[in-house]
Amino acid sequence: MKVPVSIRGLSKKFGLFEALKDINLDIAPGEFVTLLGPSGSGKTTLLQVLAGFVTPTSGSILVAGEELLTRPPHQREIGLVFQNYALFPHMNVFENVAYPLKLRRLSRSEIETRVRGALDMVRLSQFIDRPVDKLSGGQKQRVALARAIVFEPRILLMDESLSALDKKLREQMQIELRHLHERLHTTTVFVTHDQREALTMSDRIAVINNGALIQFDTPRAIYDRPRTRFVADFVGETTFLPVELGSGGASVFGTPLRLPDHAGASTANPRESWLALRPEKLAIGPAAGPEAEVNSFSAVARETIFQGDSLLVIAGFPDGQNIAVRVVPQEANRGLVPTPGQPIHINVHRNDSILVSGDV
Amino acid sequence: MLTAAASATQIRHYQRLWLYGLCALIFTFLIVPCVLIVPMSFSASNYLEFPPRAWSLRWYREFFDSAEWMDALWLSLRVAGLTTLIATPIGTAAAYGLSQMPERLTKPLRMSFLLPMIVPNILVAIGVFFVFAKLGLNNTVTGLVLVGVMLALPFVLVTVSSGLQSFDGNLERAARSLGATRLKAFLTVTVPQIKSSIAAGALFAFVAAFDEVVIALYISSGENSTLPRRMFANIRDQVDPLVAAVSSVLVVASIVLLLIVQIAKRPEKGAAR
Repeated sequence: MKVPVSIRGLSKKFGLFEALKDINLDIAPGEFVTLLGPSGSGKTTLLQVLAGFVTPTSGSILVAGEELLTRPPHQREIGLVFQNYALFPHMNVFENVAYPLKLRRLSRSEIETRVRGALDMVRLSQFIDRPVDKLSGGQKQRVALARAIVFEPRILLMDESLSALDKKLREQMQIELRHLHERLHTTTVFVTHDQREALTMSDRIAVINNGALIQFDTPRAIYDRPRTRFVADFVGETTFLPVELGSGGASVFGTPLRLPDHAGASTANPRESWLALRPEKLAIGPAAGPEAEVNSFSAVARETIFQGDSLLVIAGFPDGQNIAVRVVPQEANRGLVPTPGQPIHINVHRNDSILVSGDV
Repeated sequence: MLTAAASATQIRHYQRLWLYGLCALIFTFLIVPCVLIVPMSFSASNYLEFPPRAWSLRWYREFFDSAEWMDALWLSLRVAGLTTLIATPIGTAAAYGLSQMPERLTKPLRMSFLLPMIVPNILVAIGVFFVFAKLGLNNTVTGLVLVGVMLALPFVLVTVSSGLQSFDGNLERAARSLGATRLKAFLTVTVPQIKSSIAAGALFAFVAAFDEVVIALYISSGENSTLPRRMFANIRDQVDPLVAAVSSVLVVASIVLLLIVQIAKRPEKGAAR
C-alpha cells in the first residue's frame, strides 16, 4: 500500500522546551525518508508523534489526505520497529509475528500463511518455533521487522533500528532493508543519527536539528549541496573557510572564489557565509591558472595520517586554520604526498566549492 | 581452603568464626519459636508446656472437630481470599497507573497508597471501628474484607511496582502500534511480563488479610471471629495446647504455599535467561 504523508506545521513543547518547531514535511507515496539528526534533535519525538505516543502541541499529519493525529495508536496502521526490537519475550517467533494478525481476527490458515510469508521475506523461516531469547541480535531485528510488515501497515517507522547491531551486520541489514523496501514500497520513515546509514538507504533525507527541519532533499543533494553549515558538518567531514561577501562577489583569504552556476540560496544571506570543503573533493597540485575552473589555496603541509584505504593530509592556512585533504593510494604511489613543512596548493573544482550559511 | 593468606588483607575463615557464630544465633532466634510450638502441639496436657510429658493428637482433634474453630478458619480463608481477589487487581492497576504518570505527581500519590502500611494498626483499628459502627459494618465479612483490602493494597502496590520497574515500556508501545488497544496490550503483553510480581503481591495480600489481628480485635467478635482473633482469645483465656496445634497447621500451610510459589516461579526464570 502506498500512501503519501503530509506533516504540516507540527510543533511540540515540553514545558518551555520546544522539541519540534513548525515541522513541514511532504513524504511521497512509497518513499523511504530518513530523519537524520544528533541525539536530542527531536527526530525521535517526531517519530513518536507519528506513532501516536506523543501528542503534538499543534499541527497536523495527513495520511492519504486523512488526519492521522485523531486516531489512537492502535488504529494508525503503522508498523513500528524499535531500537531494542521490543519482541514479546513470552512468545516465540511465530507468536510474535502472528500477534498483529490475531488482533485483526484473521483465520488460522491466513495467519499461518502470512507469518510464513513475512518470515520468508526476512529470511528467517527456519526459526519459526524459536523462543525469541534464543536469537542473535540480527535475527531479533528481522523478527521485529517481520512483525511490523506482516499486517501490511500503511507506514513503516523505524527508530534507530540498526544501531544496536555491529558494523558489518548493520551494513548488511541496510542493504536488505533497502531491497525489502523496493519489494514492498511501503512509505517508510527511518530515524538515525548515522549519516552514512541515511545516505545509503534513503530516497530523501530530512536533516533535523534543535527541533527544526533544516533541509529535506535527496542524499546526493544533502551531501553535495548542503544549505547550512550544520548540514555540511553533520553529513560528512568538512572544513569551513570564512567567506567575505563583497560587491565583487565572494572571496576567501582575499582571493575571489569561482562558484558553481547555481551557487545556492546562501549567497543571498549576507549575514554569515562559509565555504564548505570535503576532503575527498580536494586535490594537491600546481596552482591553477586564471582561466581554470578551480579555486586554488596556498597552504603548508603539516602531517599525514594513514587510514588504510586512503591517506589524510592535514595542511595549515596562513591564518592558522587546518584543512584535511584525502589522498587515494594511487596518488600517494605517484609521489603526490607532501612532506611536513612543504608549501602546497590545494585545488577544488568550482562545482565542489559549496557556500553554506552560518545559522543552525 | 587456603592454609595461608593469599594476600595481606585476606580474611580467612577461622578469622570469621565469630561472624558465623552470630549468624547461627540470629537464625536460631528466628526459627525456634516456629519449631518450638510443633512439639508443644502434640502434648496430652491441658496446658501449654515444653517439653510435653505425654504425647497426643487430642488438640488437633479438638481443633478440627470444633465447629467454632472451623467457622473461624473458614471465615479467615474467605476474608483473605476475597481480599486477594479485590486487592490484587486494584493494587496492580494503581502500580501501573503510577508507572505511567509524570514523576513529580507519583511521589505524594505513592505515599498515600502506602499509608496503611505505615500508620500503626491500632490507630487504624480505632478509626475503622467508629466508621464501621456508623455504617453497620462491624462484625461483617464485608467490613473485614474492606479492612483487608486496605492493608493488602500497599503490599500489592510495592511488589507490582518493582516488577514494572524492570518492564520495558516499549513492549507495550509495540503491541499498541500492532493494533492492540491499551487494555489489550496491558493484558496480553504487560501482565505476562510481570505475572510473578502480581502473584507475589497476591500472596502478600492473602497473608496480610489472613494474619490481621489488631483490627479484628475491634471489629470481629463472637461468631464472626477470625482465626487469629480466636487464637488470641484462646491464649488469653485458656492457654491450652490447641493454639499450638492451630499454629502448627498454619506453619505447615505457609511452608507448602511458599514451596508452591518457588516451584511455580522456576520455569519463568529459565525462560528469561
